Amino acid sequence: MKHFALFVILVLVTFLAYLSSCQSNVSIQTAQYAVNGQKIYKTHCENCHGGKGEGLGTLYPPLTDQKFFAENRKKLACIVRHGLQEEIEVSGQKYDQPMPANTVLTDLDIAYVLTYITTTFGGIDSTYTHEEVKSALAECRP
Amino acid sequence: MLKNKLTTLFILGLLLSACQSGQERLPFIGEPDIVEKVVDGKTIADTIYPTIPPFQFLNQDSTLVTDRFFDNKIYVTNFFFTHCPSICPTMQRNLLEVYKKYKNDDRIAFLSHSIDFKYDQPSVLKKYATNLGVDNDQWQFVTGSKADIYGMSDRYLVFTSEDANVPGGYDHASFLVLIDHDKHIRGTYDGTNKEHIQQLLGDIEILLQEYK
Repeated sequence: MKHFALFVILVLVTFLAYLSSCQSNVSIQTAQYAVNGQKIYKTHCENCHGGKGEGLGTLYPPLTDQKFFAENRKKLACIVRHGLQEEIEVSGQKYDQPMPANTVLTDLDIAYVLTYITTTFGGIDSTYTHEEVKSALAECRP
Repeated sequence: MLKNKLTTLFILGLLLSACQSGQERLPFIGEPDIVEKVVDGKTIADTIYPTIPPFQFLNQDSTLVTDRFFDNKIYVTNFFFTHCPSICPTMQRNLLEVYKKYKNDDRIAFLSHSIDFKYDQPSVLKKYATNLGVDNDQWQFVTGSKADIYGMSDRYLVFTSEDANVPGGYDHASFLVLIDHDKHIRGTYDGTNKEHIQQLLGDIEILLQEYK
């Protein structure tokens, strides 16, 4: 009987260890944000930026440049909300087609979609949080 | 027993061949005119399918392109505008795949009409085409007067309208239309639907067989 209890505990510990290893380095919160973000991406972004974030020729930039995301992290929320009029450079290529604003997306929607984009296409493993969106939007250049 | 099996096989074979011969020719699309004419004293009904009338538009190189450019070719045509935020990017992304497959094949051409007659001047169309990855005249991007462009869209059976209430200011259907040597409509496909694009690729091959 004692042996059986020990066995059960051992199995439980192994199972828990297995579960936590599955989560790897992406937290449950990040995964949930990304799932919600995927729906928003399909509706508002995929037409131009493509199903895999590959962009389209030199009309619309790809969303796969980890370096660009890291260097412009604060600007990302502003770009989604207000669109872009000026030229930008992504992965050494210039793009000057204006991007339309997305005024229907709430701050939380933007957090979802940016988490989806940066983790799915951009190789980043952290959540673009609701708070991060709010503070970034407060500092957008007009 | 063996005889039975052979009979079954024979019937199956017949059925299969019947299916295949049915697929080898694309339909003619549009409301036909039934014209009665008298041949050898007898009145017979002739079915005439609609054709695309002659046209001339300004292309991305600021030169006139007419229906003559498409003589002895089949072509795929659509309606779009360069700063369209909704369906056009997906439609053009998909048509680009078809263009790449047939690039430099002079049996087929592509024709995109801009429905933004105010903004999409030839220089704008040129920049758009280049950025999309189109670098030869096999894919024509054209502009014209509102009446001419919207009139043509009716002939191609593609819905277009100027509408301030939709994103971008113009409403239109994302259809790709396949035209044969005689300017008949032989197929229409939703340019935003991957399965329809596969159908288009298959139908292009079937249509090209008619001109071998």
